[in-house]
Amino acid sequence: MRACLLRPKDRKMTMHQTIETKIHDAIGPAHLEVMNESHMHNVPPGSESHFKLVIVSDTFEGMPRVRRHQQINSLLASELNGGIHALSMQTLTPAEWSARGGEIMASPQCLGGGKDDIARS
Amino acid sequence: MSDNPVFDRIKSEIDSNDVVLFMKGSPMFPQCGFSAAVAQALTTMEVKFKGVDVLEDGDIRNGIKDFSNWPTIPQLYVKGEFVGGCDIVREMFEAGELQQLFKDKGVEAA
Repeated sequence: MRACLLRPKDRKMTMHQTIETKIHDAIGPAHLEVMNESHMHNVPPGSESHFKLVIVSDTFEGMPRVRRHQQINSLLASELNGGIHALSMQTLTPAEWSARGGEIMASPQCLGGGKDDIARS
Repeated sequence: MSDNPVFDRIKSEIDSNDVVLFMKGSPMFPQCGFSAAVAQALTTMEVKFKGVDVLEDGDIRNGIKDFSNWPTIPQLYVKGEFVGGCDIVREMFEAGELQQLFKDKGVEAA
C-alpha cells in the first residue's frame, strides 16, 4: 500500500499558512487574503511578524466591526501571543466587499517604536 | 472599583476624558504607524483627545488588552465606549461614520 507520507498539515506550517488554515477551517470565507507585510517593518528579512488580512465572509453579517475583529483575534490568539507582532485586518460581508469594489486600505508605515509588543488595531 | 487596580486606572482615564487614545508614543510624537494613523485622523477632525502612552506604563500596556478584550494597540475610547483599533477607526473615518459617532455622542469635531 502506498502511504501518503507527508500531508501538508504534518509539516511545520509557516505563520502565513497557519493563519490561512485557521481562518478557512473556522469560517470558510468567501474571500481571504493573507499578506505578510513584515518587510515594511524593522525586522530581519524573511520574518513573519506583521500581517494584513482581508476576510470576506457572511458570518460577519449583522455583527459590529469590533465583534468581527474579536472573533478573528480569538481564532489567532496563540499566534498573537507568540510570533505575530502586528495584525491588521479588514473584515467585510460579501455585500460590503462588492460595494467597495474589492479595494483595501494601504497600511501605515512603521515608525519603529515598541518592538516587543503587538501594534495596530 | 474592581479588584484590579490597573482596570481602575484605565476606567478613570476613560471616565474623565471624552476621547482617549491608548497609543504608542504621544499624539505629537507617535512611535508606531498604527498609533500615528489614529492620532492623525483625530487631529484632522479637530477632536480634543487624551493620548495615553502605553510605552511609558507597562501595567496599562498589558492591562488595556484584557480590559478591552483587544490584543493590540492603539485603542480608541469615546465617552467610555470602546470604538476599535487602527483598522476600524480608519474605516469609520473614511466612511464618515466616525464624524457621525462624535456628533451622536456630543463630542466637538470639525
